[in-house]
Amino acid sequence: MSTTSAEEKGIKGAIAEEREAIEGGHLVPEAYRDDEYAERHVYLPHKVGLPPMRHYLDLVWKRREFALELSRTTMRAKHFDTAFGQLWLLLNPLLLGCVYFLLIDLIRQHPRPISFFAHLLGGLFLYQVLQTGATEGSTAVVRGGGLILNTAFPRTLLPLASMATSFKRFLPTMLVWLVIHFAAGGHLSIYMLWGIPIVIMVTVFATGVAMFCAAAQVYFRDLSSFLPYVLRIWMYVSPILYQWQEVPAHIRHWLLLNPMSSMLASWSTVLNQGRPPDPNLILIGTAWAIVGLVFGALFFISRERDFAVRI
Amino acid sequence: MGVDAGTGVKPPLHETSIKVENVSITYRTAYEKIPTLRTTLMRMGRREKLVREIEAVKDVSFAVERGTVIGIVGANGAGKSTLVRTIAGILPPTLGRVEVQGRVSTLLALGVGFNRELSGRENVILGGLAAGLHREELEEKYDEIVDFAELEEFMDLPMRAYSSGMYGRLAFSVAIHMDPDILLIDEALSVGDAKFRRKSFERMRELCAQERTIVLVSHAFGSIRDLCHQAVWMNKGHMEMWGEANDVVDHYRDFLGVEEDRTDKEDL
Repeated sequence: MSTTSAEEKGIKGAIAEEREAIEGGHLVPEAYRDDEYAERHVYLPHKVGLPPMRHYLDLVWKRREFALELSRTTMRAKHFDTAFGQLWLLLNPLLLGCVYFLLIDLIRQHPRPISFFAHLLGGLFLYQVLQTGATEGSTAVVRGGGLILNTAFPRTLLPLASMATSFKRFLPTMLVWLVIHFAAGGHLSIYMLWGIPIVIMVTVFATGVAMFCAAAQVYFRDLSSFLPYVLRIWMYVSPILYQWQEVPAHIRHWLLLNPMSSMLASWSTVLNQGRPPDPNLILIGTAWAIVGLVFGALFFISRERDFAVRI
Repeated sequence: MGVDAGTGVKPPLHETSIKVENVSITYRTAYEKIPTLRTTLMRMGRREKLVREIEAVKDVSFAVERGTVIGIVGANGAGKSTLVRTIAGILPPTLGRVEVQGRVSTLLALGVGFNRELSGRENVILGGLAAGLHREELEEKYDEIVDFAELEEFMDLPMRAYSSGMYGRLAFSVAIHMDPDILLIDEALSVGDAKFRRKSFERMRELCAQERTIVLVSHAFGSIRDLCHQAVWMNKGHMEMWGEANDVVDHYRDFLGVEEDRTDKEDL
């Protein structure tokens, strides 16, 4: 955009034109370009609170190394890169699983088979993707306050780093599940491969939740105090401490209002029973994952400008 | 180099390093320093306002030529820091347009940009990656950063073990070693002991000689006079004056009705 055209149309008209060109992809806004030697940054007002999304996402991708490094250093700071740290990551959910298993035995007053323990552990481990993502994500922006006040970068990278941490903590737990699964007399099945898209679904949904919590924490700093209770109740109503097949048909549709129900029910079906998942549940889970991500991401990005003045 | 806000001729586009056009910046913030759900609900119960709108910068325009050192002066709450954050891309404008040519490095408040739980080394890497540098570049510059900050033996310690002087030295060293075309500094020159302050000052002079553009927000008249070619005086969000640094400082000092004393230079 030349100075002359800006003068002719007035600054407002010129900005609107430039913005349109950026969004239409006709103009590469070098504002969002990471060219090492010829950087040009153009900062314009955000339209309905959102930056030009194509270039925002482009910048997120280019700076992904930051999110991965942040996740690595967070793990290192908590000693999860050591042998004992890794052991604790496995022991903690395993012990939690034992506690719930015994508790359910007591409540139901008759022993549950060990295959139920495999179901319970599998569900707990997958649920922890959401739990860790939301918990770590809720403090991601507030904790990154220094960087936010000093450096221009897409803030989305902060909750994404929390999700990377959550995912890295989830992967080794599947080895524990496998051991318990075989100990319970389970076997490998081709349908277990359905577990991969289900994990992706949960991760996508959890990313949305982590982004929502990260932004909400800026406005309500006590959110992280309430969050463990919310997540625990959420876990109790999800098919982890019970199996989907046990739920009477007439209340299943109510339980499907819980986004985690369809994903966890499908997870247990493919992993513990070695059967193909219910296509309806897969469709519902996919829809929830997309809605969760879009809602969380839009909420976060539309609030992003506020972070530098609210922290 | 002096350019008056009212009559000045803008430099040609290819020489312009920073162009601020009709920029207004408004933001909303909570009344409490640490807002919580509890206090929000209590305020709602009492039918009190939850947020206040702050018009920090109002219709400001100026341009900075490449290689210029420009100072921004003004009272607390005048909009200086907000304006610099917008130039850095941290806080997009509400109205208007900002164009910046070149790599920007920031030192917007002492010590910020660092997580105290992580080591100095990790903070340097993370800060650089967030700013868009590549890991290889950071590794190349790492030794220079540490040497300049004189913190060799502390780099693997968590930064909570650092003194405020060490914290500031590392922040300053990182900012100037990012190979910036434009360096934005907000009241951060008073770093470390007298020896380090002298070293920082010399380094700033070197950067000026290398045609780097520097924006310096400071209350110290001495810093503005010694380092800056131009200055902008901000008053309650408006740009009161833009021109030759000594003129702006003189007018601002007259406005304040204060004498300039030796401590101004010592702030440097």
